[in-house]
Amino acid sequence: MAKNAWWIEFPAMERETLVALRKALDGAYREFSRSYGDVIEAVFEPLLHFLVGFEKLLLNAPWWSVLLAVCAFAYLASRSWKIVAGTIIAFLFIGYFGMWEDTMSTMSMIAVSTLLAIAFGVPVGILMARSNRTQTVVTPLLDVMQTMPAFVYLIPVVMLLGIGKVPGLLAVVIYAIPPVIRLTNLGIRLVDREVLEASDAFGASGWQRLVGVQIPLAFPTIMAGVNQTIMMALAMVVIASMIGVQGLGQPVLRSITNQYFTLGLLNGLAIVALAIVFDRVSQAYGKRLQLQYKQAHHG
Amino acid sequence: MAEPMIRIQGLYKIFGAAGEAVLPMVRDGMGKQELLDTHGRVLGLRDINMSVPPRCIQVVMGLSGSGKSTLIRHINRLIAPTAGEILVDGTNVAGMDGVTLREFRRHRASMVFQRFALMPHRSVRDNVAYGLTVQGLQSTEVEKRASRWIERVGLEDFADRYPGELSGGMQQRVGLGRALATDPDILLMDEAFSALDPLIRYDMQNMLLDLQTELKKTIVFITHDLDEALRIGDNVAILRDGGMVQQGRPQDIVLTPADDYVADFVKDVNRGKLVRVESIMKPGTTCASAPAIPLGTRLERAALALSEAAAERGKVTDRDGTAIGIVSQLDLLDAMVRRRRPSP
Repeated sequence: MAKNAWWIEFPAMERETLVALRKALDGAYREFSRSYGDVIEAVFEPLLHFLVGFEKLLLNAPWWSVLLAVCAFAYLASRSWKIVAGTIIAFLFIGYFGMWEDTMSTMSMIAVSTLLAIAFGVPVGILMARSNRTQTVVTPLLDVMQTMPAFVYLIPVVMLLGIGKVPGLLAVVIYAIPPVIRLTNLGIRLVDREVLEASDAFGASGWQRLVGVQIPLAFPTIMAGVNQTIMMALAMVVIASMIGVQGLGQPVLRSITNQYFTLGLLNGLAIVALAIVFDRVSQAYGKRLQLQYKQAHHG
Repeated sequence: MAEPMIRIQGLYKIFGAAGEAVLPMVRDGMGKQELLDTHGRVLGLRDINMSVPPRCIQVVMGLSGSGKSTLIRHINRLIAPTAGEILVDGTNVAGMDGVTLREFRRHRASMVFQRFALMPHRSVRDNVAYGLTVQGLQSTEVEKRASRWIERVGLEDFADRYPGELSGGMQQRVGLGRALATDPDILLMDEAFSALDPLIRYDMQNMLLDLQTELKKTIVFITHDLDEALRIGDNVAILRDGGMVQQGRPQDIVLTPADDYVADFVKDVNRGKLVRVESIMKPGTTCASAPAIPLGTRLERAALALSEAAAERGKVTDRDGTAIGIVSQLDLLDAMVRRRRPSP
């Protein structure tokens, strides 16, 4: 039995026990996904429709109208013609090198996952800001979500929902949601206590205080979180292509397996271009808001 | 004497967990430092009793750490008392439930803050309208009332600016407008002018006094500035280390300080500009040719009148011109310059 004493080799669990443990856990999860997979899939059905609809809209619209819409959005958010010009150049480059369709798929994926991340992340961040106990529970969870290798949580998602758009979307959201949550929490905790006291003194209810004071004042910080989330979602797009997500990740994946250097580089550059556009637009928006609020502290 | 608008009775505040536990010791006279050393609790207020008559300006004065900001926050229960009652119009604020308290804050008492506490994301107009918005009024009504107050505090040209674009004095006018817009009975002003430059502060005091002659609010005004306290207060209360040291009219405090602490405080006050002749006049009569000094004349003025008439004594006259007392040059001089000791 004792091939090695415990002080020479780490006294690990018996091999058979470990195998049995893994089998038991895998079996239980498989059982769970077999019995509830359909139900859960049905729950995500509307999401799939939304995602597909949005993608179709982007793909079927003429390229110039999409470009126009993107530019209008960029201008409204940033109020900067420089950023609009950069956006046009980026999209012309993408279109000229034949990556328009993949880019539209990726954009719809990013848009929907960012919306989802905001829809879940902001309320969770608010709850965290309201109670220290919630914060101590949620913070380590976020740490795990951010450090766990992305491939690892593709496994249960695929086991549960198979491969396709929705599992890809879930994987992207899980990977990208922590910054929104963290920065919503931070933003609300940083709101000036005197302003909150004033709002109390005028008889504001908890809801009035949240909607009228805390969220607006935390908004620039929340926007910084949204910016981070978009960046992380873009980074996740390539990994998500492994489970069947369409878009710029697919050709990248193909070029890894077939050693097409140029194809990989071009699509990689397209992702970078998208990232720069999204980043500059959302940052300019956040900065514009911050400028307006910051002035209040002189005087 | 009218029924007081605000009556504070036996108010204690001990900061820290379960302040009630150490309350008996504080009642038995344990001091602030001793409480901190032995129990790790901070004594905020100790046995405060105070009455504020309606439509008066009650100043609460003290140095930092005296508990004055804590005291004012009890009146709208931004801080809850450890023991005692805060009766506003006979209703105990300390005993209100959440909804009643909110209604009380929305309609009856509003507050002006030392560092303005304006909402940086709202324009001047929306800041002034904040209390009305919280009340849930219709937007046309909100707009109408807010505009009136923006005009009243002289900011009509800045209504669409943001607080960050305004100077300190203008920001506090927004704060004052915001507090008045809900038409409360009670105005709580927590060192409202302390963060302003002396000249601006003087202007704001004038503005407040102007508004007060017209509006007749019950105002509780916190300050650490004696000149400000004497200038605007109908009554002054002096706090020290969480306890009440003296309450009274400004001139009473100056002429008869309750202890060395107050005496030290008021030693440099220009009494000639503050005290009125009736506080020092003596009973008696003088010859008919003596100069007449009407009731309410300040000492400096009275002294000037006597020296111009080259008279040793003057007669103090009431509104009908009847002599009701006498005052001598010596009395005037003594009242203005002699160092006051606390009365035994």
